[in-house]
Amino acid sequence: MTTSHPSDGGHEPAVQATGLVKTFGTNRAVDGIDLEVVRGEVFGVLGPNGAGKTTMLQMLATLLTIDAGEARVFGQDVRRQPHVVRQLIGVTGQYASVDENLTASENLLLFGRLLGLGSRRARVVGAELLGQFGLEDAADRPISQFSGGMRRRLDLAVSLITRPPLIFLDEPTTGLDPRTRGQMWDTIRTLVGEGSTVLLTTQYLDEADQLAHRIAVIDRGRKVAQGTPDELKSQVGSSTLQLRLADPTRTAAAVDVVRRVAGDEPVLTPEAGGINVPMRDANLAADVLIGLRSEDLLITSATVQKPTLDEVFMALTGHGAEDTGTDGTDGTDGTDGAVDHDTPDSPDSPGRDDRHDRDLETVR
Amino acid sequence: MSTTLEHPSTLTVSQTLSGVDALPAHPSLAETLSQTLALAWRATMKMRRNFEQMFDVTIQPILFTAMFAYIFGGAISGDVDAYLPLIITGLIGQTVLTACIATGVQLREDMDKGVFDRFKSLPIARIAPLAGPMLADMLRYLIASVLTFTVGIAMGYRPGGGVLGVAGAIVLAVLAGWSLAWIFAWFGTIGRNAQGVQGISMMVMFPLTFLSNAFVPTETMPGWLRAFADANPVSLVINAIRDLANEGAVTAHVGWAALGLAVVVAIFAPLTVRSYSRRM
Repeated sequence: MTTSHPSDGGHEPAVQATGLVKTFGTNRAVDGIDLEVVRGEVFGVLGPNGAGKTTMLQMLATLLTIDAGEARVFGQDVRRQPHVVRQLIGVTGQYASVDENLTASENLLLFGRLLGLGSRRARVVGAELLGQFGLEDAADRPISQFSGGMRRRLDLAVSLITRPPLIFLDEPTTGLDPRTRGQMWDTIRTLVGEGSTVLLTTQYLDEADQLAHRIAVIDRGRKVAQGTPDELKSQVGSSTLQLRLADPTRTAAAVDVVRRVAGDEPVLTPEAGGINVPMRDANLAADVLIGLRSEDLLITSATVQKPTLDEVFMALTGHGAEDTGTDGTDGTDGTDGAVDHDTPDSPDSPGRDDRHDRDLETVR
Repeated sequence: MSTTLEHPSTLTVSQTLSGVDALPAHPSLAETLSQTLALAWRATMKMRRNFEQMFDVTIQPILFTAMFAYIFGGAISGDVDAYLPLIITGLIGQTVLTACIATGVQLREDMDKGVFDRFKSLPIARIAPLAGPMLADMLRYLIASVLTFTVGIAMGYRPGGGVLGVAGAIVLAVLAGWSLAWIFAWFGTIGRNAQGVQGISMMVMFPLTFLSNAFVPTETMPGWLRAFADANPVSLVINAIRDLANEGAVTAHVGWAALGLAVVVAIFAPLTVRSYSRRM
């Protein structure tokens, strides 16, 4: 994906938010987020479960009240003009929000009617969308018989009935198989090609990388970084070398070698003898291995992987090391990318301030 | 999935955006009405697909009518035939009130589903997702009242008001159901979950039904209880239904019923809309 972002020459940005706050009890789920989404771009909001991504999106989509701060969608105040904003947006949630009691075509008919289409036109648009999303064979089946991917497709189809200029996608591919995920990505690209602006949340670095022109990384209700995928990756390294030493007692020696050869700070995994090395260039892996070999440090395994969300977080927030004390990361979990921390505890916890001044320069 | 998503039947993105400032700030009354009808249609589809949810307006009136008439008939009115004009009209009030419980419970269940999030994000009147199902539920009250009359007539009840009187009684029963349903819809919007809503609703439904003139004449009750039973909107409705079905007369009782129902709606509709909008 390119790092330049298209613009249709419109005046107000698709989304402009300043100092957004949402508090649930004592928990500041969204804690002062600024956001600007340019018309025609795909803007990715990346973060683990509980980071505040969905809460932020729901505030922008008029689904939750805004406790503090201001948000505008195409120049329209979200708080004062919710009805106008709702005419400009489409929302596809994390969990398919279609009616279980209706068939696919009945769902499209219902939402078409609710959006002001006449009965006949609602049927025509519904049939077109079913065809475009490959659901025409399932048109008259109850949703309860749909697979997860089919539901998600229908959900997106419903959001597109009136072709809203701004589409919110809340974790559009969470839980989908790789093939369906690829199809979803294609659809999102097509939408943008036709002039829509997309704001999507995701837990997958890969997804943000594939789709987004720009990415904001959200952690504990705050934006910790923003930039193009390339800019973010240059912070993190493009890949990770995962090593397992044959003799865990020689870990310190191995870390010295890695530091010398790769120039990056390696991260120890909870398993004895495990070392993760973030690398700007995957080819450095060979140098590291040769370095270890020349010191007679034997390994049992070595793999080169793309950075996971965990590692992005490690690089941007220093969490893993901080949360688990001395022995480094809480392990990489490539499957769901969840980071082992939950909601914000205290806003004044030590180390918090320097964690947040690492924002990349905002791209405009 | 195909590569293009253009469809000629709706506006393009740039067309929508060029008119942002002209977009209406509120849904019009006509739009509110058409959205309510669309959501009422959705509710009737739901009824058709989940027929077991209709037991309270189908099996139950048949069962209760036969049961109550044969059990209490001899004791209260000397024989079953003499009891029928009292019990059939009373049971209409009782079944319609029972049917209202489902309105609240199903509203609660609906609000917990993902599809309600979608309703919230749409540019539709906030009241429509509430008004739609309540409108559709009038169908349930109609079924319940018609069935109760039918069972009564099969058992030998001959309403003195004739066809017109019975039709009037049914119309009143349906309107009463819609009005009383606001009480339970309010429970639906404040309850934590469907079970909770069911619990409170039963607790309110039983006194409203039994502390009324539905099954026995209120003359036999102690004075303090009689005062409550006579002022109970359910009693007012049943009085009016009796006058319409048994006499074919539009009496003062009908006026009192209309007033009682109007008071219920005036109190509970605003409460419901308020707590519902908070959830929205």
